[in-house]
Amino acid sequence: MSALLNQARRALLEPAGIGDTEIERLMGALLGYRLDYADLYFQYSRHESWTLEEGQVKTGSHNIEQGVGVRAVSGEKTGFAYSDEIMFPALIEAATAARAIAHRGGGPAVPVIWHPSPVHELYQPLDPLESLEDGDKVRLLEQVEAEARRQDGRVKQVMASLSGVQEIVLLMRSDGVLAADVRPLVRLNVTVIVEQGGRREQGSHGGGGRFSYHDFISMGAAETYAREAVRQAVVNLDAGPAPAGTMKVVLGPGWPGILLHEAIGHGLEGDFNRKGTSAFSGRIGERVASAECTVVDDGSLPGRRGSLSVDDEGTPTQQTVLIEKGILRCYLQDLLNARLMGMAPTGNGRRESYAHIPMPRMTNTFMLAGRHDPREIIESVDKGLYAVNFGGGQVDITSGKFVFSTSEAYLIENGRITRPVRGATLIGNGPDVLTRVTRVGSDIQLDSGVGTCGKEGQSIPVGVGQPTLLVDGLTVGGTHES
Amino acid sequence: MTEESKPVAAIAGTLEALVGEVLAEARRQGATAAEASASVSQGLAVTVRLGVVETVEHTRDKGLGITLYFGKQSGSASTSDLRIEAVRDTVRAAASIARHTAADDCSGLADPESLAHSIPDLDLHHPWNPGADEAIEVATACEQAARAADPRIRNSEGASLSSHEGLEVYGNTNGFMGAVASTRHGLSCAVVAQDDSGMQRDYWYSVTRDASDLESRESVGRRAAERALRRLSARKLSTRQTPVLYEAPVASSLLSHFVGAVRGANLYREASFLLGQLGKTVFAPWVRLYERPHLRKALGSAPFDNEGVATRDRDLVRDGSLLGYVLDSYSARKLHMTTTGNAGGVHNLTIQPGTDDLPDLIARMHTGLLVTELIGFGVNSVTGDYSRGAAGFWVEGGQIQYPVEEITIAGNLLDMFRHMVAVGRDVDLRGNIRTGSILIENMTLAGS
Repeated sequence: MSALLNQARRALLEPAGIGDTEIERLMGALLGYRLDYADLYFQYSRHESWTLEEGQVKTGSHNIEQGVGVRAVSGEKTGFAYSDEIMFPALIEAATAARAIAHRGGGPAVPVIWHPSPVHELYQPLDPLESLEDGDKVRLLEQVEAEARRQDGRVKQVMASLSGVQEIVLLMRSDGVLAADVRPLVRLNVTVIVEQGGRREQGSHGGGGRFSYHDFISMGAAETYAREAVRQAVVNLDAGPAPAGTMKVVLGPGWPGILLHEAIGHGLEGDFNRKGTSAFSGRIGERVASAECTVVDDGSLPGRRGSLSVDDEGTPTQQTVLIEKGILRCYLQDLLNARLMGMAPTGNGRRESYAHIPMPRMTNTFMLAGRHDPREIIESVDKGLYAVNFGGGQVDITSGKFVFSTSEAYLIENGRITRPVRGATLIGNGPDVLTRVTRVGSDIQLDSGVGTCGKEGQSIPVGVGQPTLLVDGLTVGGTHES
Repeated sequence: MTEESKPVAAIAGTLEALVGEVLAEARRQGATAAEASASVSQGLAVTVRLGVVETVEHTRDKGLGITLYFGKQSGSASTSDLRIEAVRDTVRAAASIARHTAADDCSGLADPESLAHSIPDLDLHHPWNPGADEAIEVATACEQAARAADPRIRNSEGASLSSHEGLEVYGNTNGFMGAVASTRHGLSCAVVAQDDSGMQRDYWYSVTRDASDLESRESVGRRAAERALRRLSARKLSTRQTPVLYEAPVASSLLSHFVGAVRGANLYREASFLLGQLGKTVFAPWVRLYERPHLRKALGSAPFDNEGVATRDRDLVRDGSLLGYVLDSYSARKLHMTTTGNAGGVHNLTIQPGTDDLPDLIARMHTGLLVTELIGFGVNSVTGDYSRGAAGFWVEGGQIQYPVEEITIAGNLLDMFRHMVAVGRDVDLRGNIRTGSILIENMTLAGS
């Protein structure tokens, strides 16, 4: 921890000449007011991306952002301001703006001793941008292209991208908690377009996590991702119309866990439940899923895209059981909502950057393995849909209605997977969809590291996962009435 | 905030000087050409929930981006740190990337003859600076209007008022330098209606360049309440084929799918269902789509695009036939065409309004689905396959019967465009795409 703290101080405070005296004056400026809480969030991030199309890496970009967010909380009120200059006068100005929500006098004392927050070591504090020579980054993308073309003569276009970010954060709280983190995040993606007899289809695959570019090379990602994208595109060349109506749906393992993210996860975020605007509000202890279902959110998995050693409010991440054998157990909390609801923070206080207010957000959300053989689950279905790959999803928190859209799906007829069908949106009702999960497979799998979650204009990396599931009745939005 | 920030007009010169300096630095580092943009913005956003202030947010951003070229190789970089050393590092980062990218015949600045020679004042800049107290007062009154509308408005996500002001400068080594100052003010309200059937949330908002053009606080609040209330007791429908009427605020999404399909990048990558359709009929024969980049005060107006290219009025679709794509210089060269001034997107893309109001269109549809909300991303731009979650109202005998939810609507976009029956005159002006409500002849509705 102290190594991380030192690294963060060196990157964020020293260049600006900000030492203990300045921090004390800054906290003093905030805490002379009637506040319950205040924090300073220093952040530096460096991002790059390289993209390949038509066989060549034609463009790349590099971006540096840094700044400080100043937050002052009084009751349910939050005052927030930020500065993209880490310089003392700009910080005082931001603090002055943020504290204006509260009246002068009687705030908490300025911390005399700082307590470093315990953090997990889930990833190396490395700079992924420096983990590979630029020429090798270009070669990695060229390998993706070559492999995709080698797979199938029907491949017409290959688009691949490689991106990496290093984020250094330092958080100082009015209660004396101090936290630092150095967060790497990398991603490799490929999209192909195939053509046959005038019909064009696309397929995509990708992955990543909190590691270095080297890991893509050691795991052979260029080849496996390219093959998977081509496989999906080629499957879709033969896809017929998707069915329309309510039917049995078998969801494959891994990324289809986006079901849980949309149907359950968002509705369990503490802010919506404190305000009573979620379809899950006031339902802790009630049955919201079949006894087969146990769903967790876990930000403490090593190297995962949705993981954080410590959240953006200095709370260590943890495994939080949201649904245990079908019973709703817990909401996802940040500090503000946990305090107002009289609950414990769960390490889910996250923010897109220093320029955004933290809120309760998911990390890696998944269902634990059940006892059924995935093959038997498919064999148990007379007529239905087997959906293994998805695009995005969305939810209406208040009504509980959620959607997620297939990008690879098949018909199940008489217990057998028969034909691929075109993309379709599946729609359901969050609070009851899991009550219709009648079988849970033993094949738990997490996604490959591609999820991005948007909420109130803030985007953050997340993970999902699940075993094969049978949902006994979900509406499939195809075009073919059966 | 107590201290007054400098008005953006006063710093235009400073930003132009900065862009000039960046271009000069790029030259010093060996670039054969370069383009750069710099921006500053500041603003305030407050949210009031159940009559109490929830958040007061002060925003203040700045940024600088550069793309430079060594012949036909290019690299880009950006930074929020505008100090001279950081700016030099940023140019260096772009140069380092450019050295590793492949030479691309189509890369480069916009052709000099396409650049805007004069920069018309489009009346986009109306600073307000309400201050937190006034902003709180407006948001409070807005939310109060929603909560007072009906006893079934039992909860609220609050009302928000925001006011932002910004300045953007773009310059390139072909001698172009242009600045645009603009403002954007918004008032929104989201409330929850509740009865024995359950809870429904809905919202309304107003957004304008000039705060005096904002819809009144009472109206925004009342419409948010009405929209939430009318969704109570929503039912699911059975699966069927049906006409679908998109209410204006969601109809714009149909045209944004069109824009995506005629964007140059998707065409040269052959990733569009409208590939090879230039000059062909892609919409019903009555459809006319045009761009009006120079409308005064409009949200999508711009005197020049992100490459300094002059923006112009033009038709994209006439008599249902596709007349033009949405191109920047790069994609235009890839397609052996010329830029249409759309680097960064379209400007006030408009479908020629019809003569019917929404109730007229409902009557005309007679039986079918009125869609007021869409969720999800089920649109495939390569094939045009379309399948999205929907909520709205079932219509029979030309009258709204009851609210519906948990259904999907599906079809193929090309087929939907060709079977557009009518567009209303109830044009939604709150975005870059301007359309009234749109009636589609037939889609598959999936439900129970």
